Amino acid sequence: MNSFKGFVTKEFKQIFRDKRTLVVLFGMPVIMLILFGFALRNEINNAQIAVLDLSKDAVTRDLTQKLASSEAFQLNTYLHNYDEVEEVFKSGVVKEIVVFEKKFAQRLTREGIANVQVITDATDPNLANIVQSYTGAIIRDYTQELNYQGKVLEQGIQPVIKMMYNPELKSVNLFVPGLIAVILMLVSALMTSISITREKEMGNMEILLVSPLKPIHIIIGKVLPYLVLSVINVITILVLAHYIFEVPFKGSYALFFGEAILFILTALALGVFISSVTNNQQTAMMISLAGLLLPTVLLSGFIFPVESMPAPLQMVSHAIPAKWFLIVVRSIMLKGSGIEFLWMETLILVGIAMFFMTLSLKKFNVRLQ
Amino acid sequence: MSELAIQTEQLTRTFGDFTAVDRITFDVKQGEIFGFLGANGAGKTTAMKMLTGLLTPSSGTAKVSGMDVYKEAEGIKRNIGYMSQKFSLYDDLTPEENIEFYGGVYGLRGQELKQKTEELIRSVGLEKFRKKLVRSLPLGWKQKLAFSISIIHNPGIVFLDEPTGGVDPVTRRQFWERIYEVSNQGITVFVTTHYMDEAEYCDRVSIMVDGRIDAMDSPDELKRTFNASSIEEVFIQLARSAERGEG
Repeated sequence: MNSFKGFVTKEFKQIFRDKRTLVVLFGMPVIMLILFGFALRNEINNAQIAVLDLSKDAVTRDLTQKLASSEAFQLNTYLHNYDEVEEVFKSGVVKEIVVFEKKFAQRLTREGIANVQVITDATDPNLANIVQSYTGAIIRDYTQELNYQGKVLEQGIQPVIKMMYNPELKSVNLFVPGLIAVILMLVSALMTSISITREKEMGNMEILLVSPLKPIHIIIGKVLPYLVLSVINVITILVLAHYIFEVPFKGSYALFFGEAILFILTALALGVFISSVTNNQQTAMMISLAGLLLPTVLLSGFIFPVESMPAPLQMVSHAIPAKWFLIVVRSIMLKGSGIEFLWMETLILVGIAMFFMTLSLKKFNVRLQ
Repeated sequence: MSELAIQTEQLTRTFGDFTAVDRITFDVKQGEIFGFLGANGAGKTTAMKMLTGLLTPSSGTAKVSGMDVYKEAEGIKRNIGYMSQKFSLYDDLTPEENIEFYGGVYGLRGQELKQKTEELIRSVGLEKFRKKLVRSLPLGWKQKLAFSISIIHNPGIVFLDEPTGGVDPVTRRQFWERIYEVSNQGITVFVTTHYMDEAEYCDRVSIMVDGRIDAMDSPDELKRTFNASSIEEVFIQLARSAERGEG
């Protein structure tokens, strides 16, 4: 066991001596979190809107005021007739036009119903969608207010939509768990596979295999430092996410770290596996990036929802550990779910972890013979 | 311990259709310097890998330090040292750290490891390099260090796989002086090389051609048998018959 301690010490020395590795290890999580947190946003800020008010009464003025004072919108201009609609959109600045029908207030008080038309520039469908749902929410809020005041006598059927767990639809809440998965893949799988193949390239591995050390000791000695560093990275991301982006954490930390370590073990096993099928660092890096990082980013539900993928890709996504990890972490962080709701995903993760660990151990042993 | 350090009989290794090592039979005596010669691709490295437990033989038997390579690989590992042609030092660690690491791998610890490290640094003459990274060391020093590390645990046999590749003749000469010192301590030296002048320094040499051992004897006997003035000539006579190209 003592030779094992020496192994781990040596590994840490090498990591801390290599400045480039250090930058990747500790700079990457911070940079990625800030990039994703600030740049990749789904929520809108100051989207330009225009209003075509054919009624010009107290209610429409009120509503326009409400829309304009929301942080999401900025009132760009008033239109005077329908012909202007296309022209305004063509300029590209205005993303949405709100049209109030004639005699708006009158119809609302007498018939209990009045029409607002919301026209969006759907060249950017995501943005159009969000803008529309924001507007809808503001208008519903307003009508509800009127109802309370008793100004509206009759009440039509109103859909009441509520976004639970992430009411502000903050995308950073969704990205943080995904980011944890990506960083763990990067640190655990990529770095491990590179560092093991380096020992092969330099010939150190041969000496180690000829020595009395058992292969399992070599593997654990190589991966343990990366396990520690991965956990440090997870903590860094959580702290940053909490203090900079105010991402909530509702569930149990113990459960979270348990699941994180499970995922790290899977990633480490993948790293060991990759290093056992390649002989040089470049190949190891390419396989890790293309074979692990890309699917983790694209197919896990990190950025694109799994539900909207075509069926064959959905099948593929089942085999990606990050998909299950994402479900688990999102539930723990945003909903505060306990193991009683997550046991199935956890079991799948355990299964995947065991599978890859056995596979990589086998592969590593076979190489010896 | 048996008289023979290494003992093989009909040792063979195939890779698919290719027979890398073809029924080789030889003995190496305790304390001997045994030269293992052959052109590139003749099967030297494969043979050595079987003896060090990196490869399982396809057929035949082999005993290293009296232990069977099939059944007692773990025991063999504790009793051999190995230096590969790549030197296999960590070039981002200092000589001191390399010694401590490999010493630890072979089970040395605490006071014993410290003492051994000091001893080794002094004997190689690395005092002024001890805090420098191995990366910055001249090739000759790296080689001496790698050799010393390979015998840090006082093994019965040390395997050297082309230890002098790419070094100048003066350094090679110095290296061979180290080999003699080690041999005088009673350690058996099994060395592969393709420098024919080095073969003259060995107690006995074997010459491999196309996976077979075509000749094996002391350098003087070999020269007499083949009526040659140097081992190089003997080698050229034998190698002419080779069917495998360089590779």
